[in-house]
Amino acid sequence: MKFTLSWLRDHLETEATLDEIIETLTMIGLEVEDVDDRAAFKPFTIAKVLSAEKHPDADKLQVLSVDTGDGNPIQVVCGAPNARAGLVGAFAGPGTYVPGIDVTLGVGNIRGVESRGMMCSERELELSEDHDGIIDLPDDAPVGQPFADYAGLNDPVIEIGITPNRPDALGVAGIAKDLAAAGLGTVKSPAIPVIEGHGRCPVAVDLSGDGAAQFCPAFGLRLVRNVKNGPSPKWMQQRLKAIGLRSISALVDITNYVTFDRGRPLHVFDADKVKGNLAVRRATGEEEFLALDAKTYKPTRDHFVIADDNGPESLAGIMGGEESGCTETTTNVLIESALWDPLTVARTGRDLGIITDARYRFERGVDPGFNMPGLDYGTSLVMELCGGEPTEATLAGAIPQPDLTIEFPVSETERLTGEAVSSQESADILRRLGFGVEEAEELLNVSVPGDRPDVHGKADLVEEIMRIRGIDNIEPQPLPSLSVMGEKILTTGQIRTRNARRTLAARGMSEAICYSFIPADHAEAFGGGADELKLSNPIASDMSDMRPSLLPSLLAAAKRNADRGMADLSVFEVSHVYRGVEPEDQHRVAAGLRRGTSHLEVEGRNWSGNGEPVDVFDAKEDALAVLAACGMDPSKVQIEAASPDWYHPGRSGTLKLGPKVVLGTFGEFHPMTLELIDVTGPLCGFEINLDAIPEARRKANRSKGALNLSPLQPVRRDFAFVLDKGADAATVLRAASGADKKLITSVKIFDLFEGPSLGEGKKSLAIEVTLQPSEKTLTDEEIDAIAAKVIENVTKSTGGVLRG
Amino acid sequence: MTDIQTLESAILAEIEAATDETALDAVRVGALGKKGSISEQMKTLGKMTPEERQTMGPLLNGLKTKVADAVKTRQDVLKRAGVEARLASERVDVTLPGRPNPLEKGRIHPITQVMDEITAIFADMGFSVAEGPDIETDYYNFTALNFPEGHPAREMHDTFFFNPDENGERRVLRTHTSPVQIRTMETQKPPIRIVIPGKTYRQDSDATHSAMFHQLEGLVIDEKANIANLKWMLQEFCKTFFEVPSLNMRFRPSFFPFTEPSLEVDIQCDRSGAEVKLGEGDDWMEILGSGMVHPNVLRAGGVDPDVYQGFAWGIGIDRIAMLKYGMPDLRPFFEADQRWINHYGFRPLDMPTLFDGLSA
Repeated sequence: MKFTLSWLRDHLETEATLDEIIETLTMIGLEVEDVDDRAAFKPFTIAKVLSAEKHPDADKLQVLSVDTGDGNPIQVVCGAPNARAGLVGAFAGPGTYVPGIDVTLGVGNIRGVESRGMMCSERELELSEDHDGIIDLPDDAPVGQPFADYAGLNDPVIEIGITPNRPDALGVAGIAKDLAAAGLGTVKSPAIPVIEGHGRCPVAVDLSGDGAAQFCPAFGLRLVRNVKNGPSPKWMQQRLKAIGLRSISALVDITNYVTFDRGRPLHVFDADKVKGNLAVRRATGEEEFLALDAKTYKPTRDHFVIADDNGPESLAGIMGGEESGCTETTTNVLIESALWDPLTVARTGRDLGIITDARYRFERGVDPGFNMPGLDYGTSLVMELCGGEPTEATLAGAIPQPDLTIEFPVSETERLTGEAVSSQESADILRRLGFGVEEAEELLNVSVPGDRPDVHGKADLVEEIMRIRGIDNIEPQPLPSLSVMGEKILTTGQIRTRNARRTLAARGMSEAICYSFIPADHAEAFGGGADELKLSNPIASDMSDMRPSLLPSLLAAAKRNADRGMADLSVFEVSHVYRGVEPEDQHRVAAGLRRGTSHLEVEGRNWSGNGEPVDVFDAKEDALAVLAACGMDPSKVQIEAASPDWYHPGRSGTLKLGPKVVLGTFGEFHPMTLELIDVTGPLCGFEINLDAIPEARRKANRSKGALNLSPLQPVRRDFAFVLDKGADAATVLRAASGADKKLITSVKIFDLFEGPSLGEGKKSLAIEVTLQPSEKTLTDEEIDAIAAKVIENVTKSTGGVLRG
Repeated sequence: MTDIQTLESAILAEIEAATDETALDAVRVGALGKKGSISEQMKTLGKMTPEERQTMGPLLNGLKTKVADAVKTRQDVLKRAGVEARLASERVDVTLPGRPNPLEKGRIHPITQVMDEITAIFADMGFSVAEGPDIETDYYNFTALNFPEGHPAREMHDTFFFNPDENGERRVLRTHTSPVQIRTMETQKPPIRIVIPGKTYRQDSDATHSAMFHQLEGLVIDEKANIANLKWMLQEFCKTFFEVPSLNMRFRPSFFPFTEPSLEVDIQCDRSGAEVKLGEGDDWMEILGSGMVHPNVLRAGGVDPDVYQGFAWGIGIDRIAMLKYGMPDLRPFFEADQRWINHYGFRPLDMPTLFDGLSA
């Protein structure tokens, strides 16, 4: 919402300075977004052309001698056809920025003649499109005075942001009322004359159609005969231009002026182009409507039009039609002031993509009580500017009466803001804002005026009192402590998220946060792409599907980095993935990716040893590190060679807990997956579903128990087995550990060998078994017995043999 | 006498001349061994007269001790020389770079860091951290939060929609973290003190707006919480978070469907330079929205607005991260550019706590 300072002063008697007004507006909730003090116009001076001689070297140029008021004539080269001795116009000297041509003037030299400034056209000052010649002022314009003062261009323009709850501030009168309530002066909005008119309005309004009465509770209309339409007066044009509106003609400018002056949109029809009566009705869905913006719209049956016998003449509450619009030749005008259902106006505007000042006001709520005064105000301006004889106003429907009264305990303000406000002061503030107030001790009966559709209850009244008194008056008070020490601040999921992030970063990886939506083909390649997880209005076509996995985002990130020359990359993300639209379908996942030679401790080439390409085991270590960080004992995790399609089938695995719980996956990627994302390896990655990790049982106390250290030396024995190549190391480890669960404290694989000496399809796996006696030293016989059991268990479970 | 002196100087000279431990040992054996020159002399003692023995005994024993000491001393010298020679040969170029340290290489995203900072502050004020789903129903995202159907405030949210299901209901990507207010009230009785960090989505993209961004919602519900408390709490938060000794704040009336009264909060700043400076200057920057929870929202959460009351606020995590750590553009936050994260990221063990001054 824009207005000028002088416009505001039409409605507000105040001593306040511009700065005070701006500050107050912001502090009562009408946030000032911009103030244009129109300093750009200040350098332009009224000047008189003393003489105009032909340029010696150019046919179309003249050399002017210009009096700018200080008695020292200035030489200016000018190409305007109307430049002549005696002309009074607007002069800009060197150093002046001329907005219309976006140039800061210097001392010029035009074909050998020095030029110290210019005489400006209206377009050069952005006053109009007129560029036929330079500004030609009346002879009595005061030479030497600022042009802006003379032309009324010194009026500061204030722009405020209006929140959707404040339709009352969409007119200058309402803004003045708010400022006055806040103590910045008194309201002096010009009174609205009551126009009686003569004779009935010959055009009737029919609201009997389907839904019309609900959509249009009231429709005021009046004919004014014998008007003379022409340009509106300068003061009106200047105000409208200052707030960014184009001046069209007096009749159209009047509707715009009333819209901004009083927040009351009006519409004018050229009565001679209206055939028969008007009806508010649904659009048929077949009709085309040529609107005043010169565009054709095709409203549907959800939308309402004002139609005559020719068809739709206006998109009700939004925009009038070209066919019945007022022009220079209009002599009889129908003025409309009506009420429209806000939601329908909003939907119609949205569906058809039309934003107008009328729609903006009607969808926020226009004061029903001002419907007929608004019509009279518009009529009076028409009579004043265009003459004519008005008929009586006709009203179809009825003006809704405000009927909301709120019982307001005065204590409510203290309850919600902490600051007590007396009954008297509360009542005064509300009255100044236009509320009706009946005082009954500590209870106010407050009736809500029609221009405040946002006020529904006690809390709304507290806001009114608070904002007018000033929020600065509320003294901050500490929030009392709830005295609950030691309770968990984070949920288990949040703690896991945090631990996973810090752990992966500590493993040399960089954290990424990627968009939750990815391209459809990426989603499909990672088990997603379901219809229910597609956005109907994605911001870009490749941001359409909620991601089923974090890996496609990270792979795409690896590609972008590789394209920038970062071949080695370790990156992770801990975020959500979406397997459906319900809250329980959203899972917290940690995923990571290593590319090139980006290992935990080596990356790239190093004098002490180059990094080899990353592989499945880098990913596996990262995955297990995440599980450990989330409180899961990695030794309890089963590792299966099977994995989803996007991995390399022979170099990937699934981390499970029992047969059902899948904790995550890891591995190198399938070449087809990499091709789809257009990224090259070496690449490996993992993904852990943090939600799948069972919550550790909470023990009764935090004691770690006593530490029992055996005084006896551990015994270590090595074994090597020749196995089929497909045999799992995990099976060997499990079999060896099972030989004596009490004595064997660890089994480690310390060598893997494959070679022709072992035979086709064979491998050798060497393990170190540690026995920790607790009561007495083991005898050789006891150790041999356990060793025999280890060999038996491993050969039985794997079909392998002890390597000789 | 003279013989012994001669012997002594001969042996000591040999000891001094020994250049390695083997040579030294040969000297020792030659003097003190079974057949050594001193041992041979000792054997002659038995044949001497008691008087002679009285003189020669101490002399020979003295010699023996002296030689043994000299051998020991020489041995130490030779050992030290040997060690020094070995060490000299083992010298390496210590200016060669060490192995990469993953702790130095890894980086935490600024959003994560700022969320941890926020958690540290609010944990201290007795808040816990709640969460909710990104994919929401229209009810939780709008209706329960007092956005009437068709209200312009809904349109201002630039909502992402999913396709309607068989009942015609369209899920949305939450446009704010406020739905979690309702979800929390539905499951938890007052007093409630929660903060809700999370991803939010709007169909909007430029240098300071991204289709995905992060918000922190706060909710306090009890029987007394009021705007005076809200002001205090937000002042404490901003001062602590931005780590400035003083920070002027301005509370302006505003409008949000789910709060009444509603306030927007600006912080004092200086925008004259390339970077925004907080806590100085005479400009204001809007940083958050807040207000008393609207009675309709309390009702939607099953809380009686005449018994309970409270306040809520929402702040852009990305935005305050940009302000505090000087990122000019929001878009690279979500591009996983290694160069960006190297510059703006945090080290793995930089864990924000109040006891070390948040980011210190």
